[in-house]
Amino acid sequence: MSAHPATLGVFLFLFVAVGVLGLFGSRWRAGDLSQLAEWGLGGRRFGTVITWFLLGGDLYTAYTFIAVPAAMFGLGAAGFFAIPYATLMYPLLFLIFPRLWSVAHKHGYVTAADFVRGRFNNRPLALAIALTGIIATMPYIALQLTGMQVVIAALGLNYVIALPLFGPVSIPLLAAFIVLAAYTYNSGLRGTALVAVVKDVLVYATVLAAVVIIPAQLGGYGKIFASVDPKLLTLAHGTSDNLGGGFAYVSLSIGSTLALFMYPHAVTGLLSSSSRHVVRRNAMVLPAYSFALALIALLGFMAIAAGVKAMPAYAPGFASFGNNFAVPALFLAMFPPWFAGVAFAAIAIGALVPASMMAIACGNLFTRNIYKEFIAPDCTPAEESRMAKMISLLTKLGALLFVLKLQTAYAIQLQLLGGIWMCQTVPAVLLALYVRLNPYGLLAGWAAGMAAGTWMAWTLQFRSSTYVLHFFGFAVPCYAALSALALNLLIAGAVSLIVSAVSDMPADQTLAEDYV
Amino acid sequence: MQDQTPPRRKFHPVYLCLSLPFIAHIWVPSYNRIDPELFGIPFFYWWQMAWILGAALSILPVYLFEERRRR
Repeated sequence: MSAHPATLGVFLFLFVAVGVLGLFGSRWRAGDLSQLAEWGLGGRRFGTVITWFLLGGDLYTAYTFIAVPAAMFGLGAAGFFAIPYATLMYPLLFLIFPRLWSVAHKHGYVTAADFVRGRFNNRPLALAIALTGIIATMPYIALQLTGMQVVIAALGLNYVIALPLFGPVSIPLLAAFIVLAAYTYNSGLRGTALVAVVKDVLVYATVLAAVVIIPAQLGGYGKIFASVDPKLLTLAHGTSDNLGGGFAYVSLSIGSTLALFMYPHAVTGLLSSSSRHVVRRNAMVLPAYSFALALIALLGFMAIAAGVKAMPAYAPGFASFGNNFAVPALFLAMFPPWFAGVAFAAIAIGALVPASMMAIACGNLFTRNIYKEFIAPDCTPAEESRMAKMISLLTKLGALLFVLKLQTAYAIQLQLLGGIWMCQTVPAVLLALYVRLNPYGLLAGWAAGMAAGTWMAWTLQFRSSTYVLHFFGFAVPCYAALSALALNLLIAGAVSLIVSAVSDMPADQTLAEDYV
Repeated sequence: MQDQTPPRRKFHPVYLCLSLPFIAHIWVPSYNRIDPELFGIPFFYWWQMAWILGAALSILPVYLFEERRRR
């Protein structure tokens, strides 16, 4: 299968243009890039509009654009959980994150673990939070590269080069990786913010075209929904001894919302804004993205109606990528060739923005909370910034190796675990913005939550994250992140009570008025 | 535990608006059905899409309240 020359031409033009833009991003509102807050937080100067693009590019990743419709394509209504997840995040963002912004601004915190360190004056707890963030983010970056692989396959670009250490590497993937690594290293968050603006224009153009053109070709929305198995159009109803698919649906959306905010790249995006009011205003305007996401989710049903899975031209794609190939196949089948190029560029560039933000966030975390804390306590700001750049590069190399050496399925499974793990940092970060438990209690709760969450995912063979709990013969299917968080909170509270009874609380660097 | 929790501003009922989207989504039986359809889209889908706008509108009164208090 090889793509139409127009598709390829448009795609290459857009991709190269974006690479150049990202590289020159360092000159935009230039700052002293030898300072970590300048490279890794864009100087904390982004206003409402740029923060909107940055967070939008960050929270709605290329993988989302492929995986959400793929879930709808395969599972039906249950795959729509991404929509309440993307809706419920905003009231929480509005309520909680201005507090984190304020306290971070007052004390110069760059990461969530910085805040934990200051709030609890406890190094093991801060280390646990930093490590959780780094380990959970790595497979997420790998998934962005997987999203790119799907697009490359759809474009029919199978040119392979054998590299020492890496083995056979797809040349287009390598080229995309070099673009990503170069502009992240050179421009930091500024380059990412510029690329995010272009990405959004392409994504909105694609989504608008898709919801107008494709239903017209398929005979309207009524016909599209009629082609879906009626059993899959709604969630499985509960019975007298089972809460049913509805509970799993809600627990998935709420748990994913909590996990999302804990991801280092989300914290990086929020802290780069110029004031707490930028965060508050964004909570009201970001839902525009959720609406686009809902339309994208419906592409999964359009792919069913178009019958792309039965078309022989797309059989190799489905064989390699499973349902993740549904959307690229739909675009190839329904769009004029040049516009398919625009759509694929939107997905590929959509992978660049979050991948680079995640790598920057990992660089920030490692430098601030491991390197400076444990290895070189008196390093200069310039060394700090250089270290973060190096680590962001290494993180991406790790992700590339991950994609090449392991099967895509492992990246997906690890990302699923990552969500469960991130949720376990909620008590030490989100809750800590309001109440202060004992750090040893939080550490015990974190360990219990991590163990229980991993165990539940393991017994499900990492195929699903909905673990069925049984209470007195009553089955409750619940997102493992949320049930592990419940255990986490229970243990954190109990151990805090005991430890606080025998010892004093460590000093708190932050004051009540720092939060408002 | 010592009382080191930050003193919070006095609670105001307008903050309850923020719970509306949560109530709407947690009450699954209220929207887990096909009818009534809108432009051929089953209720399950268009109802939740409408709540995206609903969530933004639930934040608005709280936002305006905080803006007024800021001045």
